[in-house]
Amino acid sequence: MKSVKVIVPFLLALSLLSFSSFGFQSDELLVDDEEFGLEGSPQHRSSEPVLTRSQPVTRKRHSDLDSDSKIQFSLDHAFGDSDFSPAGTFSARLKTWSHGGQTLTKLRFSRNSFTDENKEKFKNLLKSDDFYRIRLPSKALSPPGRDFVISSVKARCLLREGLDEHFVIHMEGVNVLAVNYGSPGSCPYPRNLKFPAKWSFNSHTVLKNSEQAPRAPVFTEEILGDENAEGEVVQPPERPFWAKYWMYLIPLGLIVMNAVTQAMNMPEEQASGQAPAQGQPSAGAVQRGPSSAARRR
Amino acid sequence: MAIRSFFIPFLLFVLCFCSSLSPVLSLYEDQVGLMDWHQQYIGKVKQAVFSTQKTGRRRVIVSTEENVIASLDLRHGEIFWRHLLGSNDVINGIDIGLGKYVITLSSGGSILRSWNLPDGQMVWESFLQGPKHSKSLLLVPTNLKIEKDNVIVVFSNGRLHAVSCIDGEVLWKKDFEAESFEAQQVIQPSGSDLIYVVGFSASSQFKMYQINARNGELLKHESATFSSGFLREVSLVSSEMVVALDSTGSILLAISFQNGEISFQETPISNLVEDSSGPAVIIPLSVPGIFVIKTNSVTIFIKVIGKGKFEVVEKTNHETAVSNALPISEGQQAFALVQHAGSEIHLAVKLAHDWDDNLLKESIKMDQQRGIPHKVFINNYIRTDRSHGFRLLIVMEDHSLLLLQQGAVVWSREDGLASIIDVTASELPLERDGVSVAKVEHNLFEWLKGHMLKLKGTLMLASPKDVAAIQSMRIKSSEKSKMTRDHNGFRKLLIVLTRAGKLFALHTGDGRVVWSHLLHKSEACQSPIGLNLYQWQVPHHHALDENPSVLVISRCGPSSDAPGVLSFVDTYTGKELNSLSLIHAVVQVIPLPYTDSTEQRLHLLVDSDKHAHLYPKTSEALSIFKHEFSNIYWYSVEDHNGIIKGHALKCMCIGEVVDEFCFDTRDLWSVVFPSESEKIIATVPRKLNEVVHTQAKVIADQDVMYKYISRNILFVATVAPKCSGGIGSVTPEESWLVAYLIDTVTGRILHRVTHHGARGPVHAVFSENWVVYHYFNLRAHRYEMSVIEIYDQSRADNKDVWKLVFGKHNLTSPISLFSRPEVITKSQSYFFTHSVKAIAVTSTAKGITSEQLLIGTIGDQVLALDKRFLDPRRSVNPTQAEKEEGIIPLTDSLPIIPQSYITHALRVEGLRGIITVPAKLESTTLVFAHGVDLFFTQLAPSRTYDSLTEDFSYALLLITIVALVAAIIVTWRLSERKELQDKWR
Repeated sequence: MKSVKVIVPFLLALSLLSFSSFGFQSDELLVDDEEFGLEGSPQHRSSEPVLTRSQPVTRKRHSDLDSDSKIQFSLDHAFGDSDFSPAGTFSARLKTWSHGGQTLTKLRFSRNSFTDENKEKFKNLLKSDDFYRIRLPSKALSPPGRDFVISSVKARCLLREGLDEHFVIHMEGVNVLAVNYGSPGSCPYPRNLKFPAKWSFNSHTVLKNSEQAPRAPVFTEEILGDENAEGEVVQPPERPFWAKYWMYLIPLGLIVMNAVTQAMNMPEEQASGQAPAQGQPSAGAVQRGPSSAARRR
Repeated sequence: MAIRSFFIPFLLFVLCFCSSLSPVLSLYEDQVGLMDWHQQYIGKVKQAVFSTQKTGRRRVIVSTEENVIASLDLRHGEIFWRHLLGSNDVINGIDIGLGKYVITLSSGGSILRSWNLPDGQMVWESFLQGPKHSKSLLLVPTNLKIEKDNVIVVFSNGRLHAVSCIDGEVLWKKDFEAESFEAQQVIQPSGSDLIYVVGFSASSQFKMYQINARNGELLKHESATFSSGFLREVSLVSSEMVVALDSTGSILLAISFQNGEISFQETPISNLVEDSSGPAVIIPLSVPGIFVIKTNSVTIFIKVIGKGKFEVVEKTNHETAVSNALPISEGQQAFALVQHAGSEIHLAVKLAHDWDDNLLKESIKMDQQRGIPHKVFINNYIRTDRSHGFRLLIVMEDHSLLLLQQGAVVWSREDGLASIIDVTASELPLERDGVSVAKVEHNLFEWLKGHMLKLKGTLMLASPKDVAAIQSMRIKSSEKSKMTRDHNGFRKLLIVLTRAGKLFALHTGDGRVVWSHLLHKSEACQSPIGLNLYQWQVPHHHALDENPSVLVISRCGPSSDAPGVLSFVDTYTGKELNSLSLIHAVVQVIPLPYTDSTEQRLHLLVDSDKHAHLYPKTSEALSIFKHEFSNIYWYSVEDHNGIIKGHALKCMCIGEVVDEFCFDTRDLWSVVFPSESEKIIATVPRKLNEVVHTQAKVIADQDVMYKYISRNILFVATVAPKCSGGIGSVTPEESWLVAYLIDTVTGRILHRVTHHGARGPVHAVFSENWVVYHYFNLRAHRYEMSVIEIYDQSRADNKDVWKLVFGKHNLTSPISLFSRPEVITKSQSYFFTHSVKAIAVTSTAKGITSEQLLIGTIGDQVLALDKRFLDPRRSVNPTQAEKEEGIIPLTDSLPIIPQSYITHALRVEGLRGIITVPAKLESTTLVFAHGVDLFFTQLAPSRTYDSLTEDFSYALLLITIVALVAAIIVTWRLSERKELQDKWR
């Protein structure tokens, strides 16, 4: 099943390549491609997992079809309840996937250094233990989009040696869903007042896309379709023979033992009583054996 | 020998198998009704039809706003049968055909059904389609026949249908092509073969169609224009005349269409009533010769004399309800009117043509808490002296249903309880010395008899009759319905708020209504709409003398920015302690985790201008609040535009009036879901009052995982916007469901996961550190349930015993949500057979008992499912250590064990919500499920490990002790004697 999944896009990509080499391009094919791609793999919107799953194939593809472009969007900040003002810019590469999806990669952030006025405002925030707020446009391509995504943190949480900040930007395609802003480490509760030694930001940024949910296990399908899974299911017969059939084996053994002891007894008695009869082959003679022995006693 | 050796392992195997069966939580037959109760309701009655002609059981057929069709016993008000139609199958009309079929028209006039009157079996069903949406009218003429078929005339979806009463076949149909024609009345003058359809077209045109009832042929079509337009309602005053109002509501129009000629007669209302003020509305009725209009609060009865001449017969300021006319004898029609005056209601039954003469005039004392009469239905019977008697069915403001006859309330039904919107639990008063137990066992003989019966039962000597007596004694045990607190905390009051704006206190022992209270109406607010219920004061510790009270938040009017009303109600007595009419709206209520010295809980009310108001408005509350000012955060969900915002307090309100209890707020964070790909369909927070016993979870290999327990996590589910259509509107490729766990203080997305090919509706429950949600998987064509558990990694290194011993751990340090969380999540999905109406989780006093999910299934039952089945650590082949820990081998679907339906054989029709309340006994939780029906039971998810069960044999224990003591004495004697003999030797 899995191998089939890999093969399908691979074949498609091959056919695609061959088509393009002939100089014929069908606009229909892209749509087909998307649908086929989806047949096996649930990835539709966040395409990075696709990349990791069947790397050689997709790489070939996006070298042909994907186009990259650079985009920029700005980060605004606000001190307490003041208005937002520009604080820095994010730049990223916009990747357009063959199936129409777009994602941002290679995010870089450059922060404007604090002006004296900003420093003063930030000090006030530290004194009053107030919020330092940032915002990003919700659409990276066409800012500001529908609304800004805002995040805020107590200013005292950012203090280390200098100012440490940590952005987690949750993306949904090219839309910014949310930004989580805060210190990269912990921020223990009684937040003490201190001032930064140097006014430079140490920024960490992380781009996050949605994870895929694990699919519900479908046991029956796996048995039908997958060799590996079948191996697992066939496992029970691999239990030791003894473990499985002991309840039959023990009585069988006992019966055999009974029979053997009986059989052992008989020859003994026969041997003690009627030694010359040893070689007699007929069953009737064996049966008659003990009785004749009894008579003789 | 051989055979035995074969059997022993087999026997052992059987024994092992039996003992390994998981303990099933179920009841024995004789335990039904001991701890649970079930009540059946129908909802507010919209329409009622009496069936009393035949000599059989007298009954009334009702249709209700909860979409119930029910047949009620006229003598006692009990339900003979009942059908709950779906929520999208709203009943438009009911009637009785041929005296033995109940005909219902529902679903916007497109489904016509016939039910057998005695037992409620469906006889036939017809789908009536039409070109356009329109008002639906149902008419069941008594004497209209087409080829021996009795005919039902239905106007729906812009088409007139004649349907056979016997088999539901459509005999003929007639389209009304006119674009904007809106039918108002379908009239069938008795004794003729004509059907008149009258209505308005293009707001100023009156149209009349005359149709041959035999074949649907259009005989005549007339229209007339009235320049100033009409109001939509009409009142039928005779089979050839309707009365309507012009669009300004100031001119009465008598529209007669005798012989197909339409003529208008205008009469300004001011000519009839001198001091009329404001526009009038007409109350749609069909009483021959009389109609009713209402201006402001004045109800005016007007009689039609001659052709288009009106005469005012009565004006009244009282709230009045009028019934339709009821033919009582040849040419005589009676109708009833019910007026509300103070603590009484006045009934009058009059003949339609003779206003001044009353056939019946009575006054009945009425409970104030029932409010005003909303509807009245009349029925007549022949008295023993051959005169006419009348019985009236009244629907009151609190949605209760009463039958009045001979000046008394024959029966009443609290049908407001069919539409509960919020529930909270309250303790009962403590048992004081004054309340004696002697009252319980009033009679020594009774007491002796009871114990004799019980003894017989234990010795298995009881006859079936005795068994029944014992059973009823157990069920009616006065112990469980006492009005005092019990040691185990099983007896409580359930305070419920109904859609009618009435509070009820139900006793958990037997479900009886202890008190009820209709929300107070004030000058400022005529019709408060109840919204929510909060616990205002829960006295314990230092304020035990206070009675507990609840806070009812209601809104004064339908719009969301209408001013709010707060009512404080004592839960012991049901008295309203105080009522505040607010000047601001109430958009959000945040119960704060702080209480003042009288145990009043602080509440923050957020209005539509985003100001936060603190209640109670006392300086003490303010000082407590100021202390925690910077630690208060909340969130709001704007699901129409897909934004979730976090808020905090800023400063005092800036305004002309200084209000020190009002605070400005500010936005701290926002999450904006892209409108083209995600739409919020469910948000579930953690329960506020939930208790978590331990934050650590010891897993199989002696490892510890720390649960990420934060009160400030919100579960959000979004789906592709296309998915909001019906089933089949999307392919699996274009549908997805994204589940989020969001920290509501900082707006951090702690976890985000996409389910491809999944769609809503999503039902979820959030407890401790896990969330379970239910959705539909389009790829697998099945419902699925997923679980997400979230664990804290920042505490994960606290595993070293020495660290714990020397206190070098961070388990006691305060947690700040501003720290970057180090969490890991575990999740798993399973198939589930049922679609779900509600999910809840059991909650116990200390949170020690393992949890069960309570799933309200589509069959209106409640299924208890162990949380262990939804453990993301389940695997196909658990190791021995994992098995010992109680991990169940992974299966692809969740098992549904028939015995684990906690509703056993009952159904909670129209199930809407499940509420769990912890009892004082740790093992037990109280479960209340509500819908149209109510169901309550006690549940012990891990069995009652902390108390002896009811069937514990005390006698056996006693006998054992006695036997042991006797044995000790005997052996002691024996040993002594032996010793003596030894010494003598």
